[in-house]
Amino acid sequence: MRQVAVVGIGKTPFGAFPDRDLRGLAAESARKCLADANVQPSAVQAFYLGNFAGPSFIGQSHLAPYVAASIGVTGIPCTRFEAACASSGAAFFHAWSAVAAGAYDVVLVTGVEKMTSQPSPRVTEILASAGDLGGEIRAGATFPALFAMIARRHMFEFGTTREQLAAVAVKNHANGARNPDAHLRKPITLEQALAGRPVADPLTLFDCSLVSDGAASVLLAPLERASEFASKPAVIRGVAQTSDLLALDSKRSITSFAAVRAAGEKAYRMAGVSPAEIEFAEVHDCFTIAEIVAIEDLGFVRKGEGGPYSAAGCTALDGEKPVNSSGGLKSKGHPVGATGAAQICDVVLQLRGEAGERQLQRHSLGLAQNLGGSGASCVVTILGAP
Amino acid sequence: MSEQQPPGPGVVYTETTIYAAPETFLQDAPYQIAIVELDAGGRTTVRILPAKEGGAAVRIGDRVEFACFRGDIHFYRKSS
Repeated sequence: MRQVAVVGIGKTPFGAFPDRDLRGLAAESARKCLADANVQPSAVQAFYLGNFAGPSFIGQSHLAPYVAASIGVTGIPCTRFEAACASSGAAFFHAWSAVAAGAYDVVLVTGVEKMTSQPSPRVTEILASAGDLGGEIRAGATFPALFAMIARRHMFEFGTTREQLAAVAVKNHANGARNPDAHLRKPITLEQALAGRPVADPLTLFDCSLVSDGAASVLLAPLERASEFASKPAVIRGVAQTSDLLALDSKRSITSFAAVRAAGEKAYRMAGVSPAEIEFAEVHDCFTIAEIVAIEDLGFVRKGEGGPYSAAGCTALDGEKPVNSSGGLKSKGHPVGATGAAQICDVVLQLRGEAGERQLQRHSLGLAQNLGGSGASCVVTILGAP
Repeated sequence: MSEQQPPGPGVVYTETTIYAAPETFLQDAPYQIAIVELDAGGRTTVRILPAKEGGAAVRIGDRVEFACFRGDIHFYRKSS
């Protein structure tokens, strides 16, 4: 297997953009990515698109060639990957596999979602289709409800508190306020977070990530060719995609995701590093409880200690293990299919020292964790400076 | 006569009350769902019979039993 590097990144701002369509968002991120690497679209040998629910949100299927043409890429393999919220994480993983195996040298990965053109109850219904329609969704579960039930159980088993959940939201909003591309650049107080409108007990509006439009792109190439590209490369030191049963009620434990633990272990082994050596991370905070569970499953803290660790400020920009310096899904926004690729972009920005007001002091080894559904898919990537 | 077998009793493993409902269940909100650990083994996700229909809210550890089918939704209630 060849070593692979990220040699270009590009993102649109995340937000609610009534005047922008899926294809235009995807094309903007891809153009920025190719410009970052200083290559022409003709250099791209395969195009991997991460998108969760374009057919439901905008009615368009066959999305990969539809998007690729607007980037100026035609004739090459163009394929869409769907793994719920881990769609572009999955696209990234398979792009890495193809480049590592020597099938291609230059692969473009784009993640995109256009969500805000649908009313909230319809968005809730489309998101719920990533759960098990025959069981939990039939009973009336929503995505927030699945994570609310995880939160309830985590509180029951480990004594996690509402305040600890809220602390995650406060921290991610503070970080997002420093990110010019974030959907909500608005710091919030602990009191505000606790007094949010209930969505699914014990989660309030402030525990939930945002419904956003946006796109992110990443260009991959073999490390041995990285010097041909204009940008500072980031080395993919470890990467793994894993899966688990879809329905929450079919999992042995719901306070820990087997797919996340497995992906983390594989990625750490491949990179030859321990969780303690990871300097910073972008984790999948689709809900505040998801960030707490993620930092436990990734081995940053022991099981059950994620709540107190977060409330103590250890995951803040100036903490010992900064988590979601971008603002996370909570504040940066969560255009579902774009999230995995955007996490990679944000880790690479930190590695390059180009993260502006949110730049971390220690930034030579970062991790991205992208979760699909209530833990049925996971992609963990460890990136390092060359 | 329903052809469905009524499912057995169990214990609430976790639960939530949903305020922001999907399109299909907008008229039901707020409503409570729970994952029940069945005495017979395995877990299942059910709806909890609301107070206005003679039910009551449940918490983790409560014993619950089958109340009724409504369409293909299984409703459970707290055991007395």
